Amino acid sequence: MTTEPQAGNVWPIWEVFVRSSRGLSHVHAGSLHAPDAAMALRNARDLYTRRNEGVSIWVVPAEAIASSDPDSKGSFFESPQGKDYRHATYYTKSEGVKHL
Amino acid sequence: MASQTLQSVPAEPSPARHELSPEDAARRDAEGQAYFDKVMAEDSRIEPRDWMPPAYRKTLLRQISQHAHSEIIGMQPEANWISRAPSLKRKAILMAKVQDEAGHGLYLYSAAETLGQPRDQMMQDLMDGKAKYSSIFNYPARTWADMGAIGWMVDGAAIANQVPLCRASFGPYGRAMVRVCKEESFHQRQGFEILLELSHGTPEQKQMAQEAVNRWYAPALMMFGPPDDDSPNSKQSMAWNIKRFSNDELRNRFVGMMMEQVKVLELTLPDKDIRFNEETKKWEHGPLDWDEFHEVLAGRGPCNAQRLERRREAHQNGAWVREAAAAYAEKQAMKQAEKESAA
Repeated sequence: MTTEPQAGNVWPIWEVFVRSSRGLSHVHAGSLHAPDAAMALRNARDLYTRRNEGVSIWVVPAEAIASSDPDSKGSFFESPQGKDYRHATYYTKSEGVKHL
Repeated sequence: MASQTLQSVPAEPSPARHELSPEDAARRDAEGQAYFDKVMAEDSRIEPRDWMPPAYRKTLLRQISQHAHSEIIGMQPEANWISRAPSLKRKAILMAKVQDEAGHGLYLYSAAETLGQPRDQMMQDLMDGKAKYSSIFNYPARTWADMGAIGWMVDGAAIANQVPLCRASFGPYGRAMVRVCKEESFHQRQGFEILLELSHGTPEQKQMAQEAVNRWYAPALMMFGPPDDDSPNSKQSMAWNIKRFSNDELRNRFVGMMMEQVKVLELTLPDKDIRFNEETKKWEHGPLDWDEFHEVLAGRGPCNAQRLERRREAHQNGAWVREAAAAYAEKQAMKQAEKESAA
């Protein structure tokens, strides 16, 4: 994957995700600047895995990430509110019953 | 509602401020302040795209960028000794440490960038002498024993300062500090080990170790910043949960740790006034030369000019690497585009 190199000396920002060991998800580790994906991967290796912190790295152009709007915290995440019955702890009558 | 935004660079909340009527802008600020206050009261975290008071942003930007600059300039006193390390093992260790400092600088520049300051601007400010960095790095590293004293005392003071910063209220700063602190303890231990080997070596080696400790003791204590009654910004930083302990509190705690550790080294600290105050249950130390601190901070320390000159030189000497990387990326992108259009 390549992104358009930006004008001047400003390279795009890449978000770095590292899988710490097989079986685990990639987790966001930080960000860096690089002219392309290949350099971003090499830089990410040097910057975020100097002590065997990872077995796999993803780099994603920061501008390709869509995120929820922090100003709409309330409305965007409203739907689970008041729906306690989605949690096991809502069901109290079975307390003391084994293996449940 | 999802919006296209950058993760690491904060977008101005939409709609942008200038698109709002003064009443709407004021309402958004009031709502933002209320949310911010709630986050502070709960000792929770602020993230880059949250509303924050302009002074909070400015304080963090200054602190994080200065911290990043310190890591970058801090590579110099030690890099200076890589070619003269006494063994291949010590050389490899020193290179790993200097590489870590570069890494720490980059983590911190990333964190500062999330507050809206472009990285090249921060680097330019450093090279133009407009930005400050820790005054400790303006002292020269005269002997190999200074590598020990820097690791043990300078990195030790940095750790004492940085561990509480892992809980700083600004998310990206705290996360960067967690990463830094994990790596920093190797730095302190390798320094301690250098001193330990010297202090148990020949009398000349022991003397060299003692002299390095003498040189770095006071500058290391001053790394915690001016005394509390002369540190006007500390109170606000504590109210904002950026700073968790006062300068003097951290400094006193550090003195106590050093007093224990110096015994193992069979060396002494050059301060006859160090004592544990039974009443306050706190360690105390002798007077420090704060005039010197302010002089060095103002750019008149032993190595200020040299450090900045070296930084500028390194940046200039690296220009061709940056240009080559950009040209290569451009060429690869062109090749890729040709391949795609042919397919």
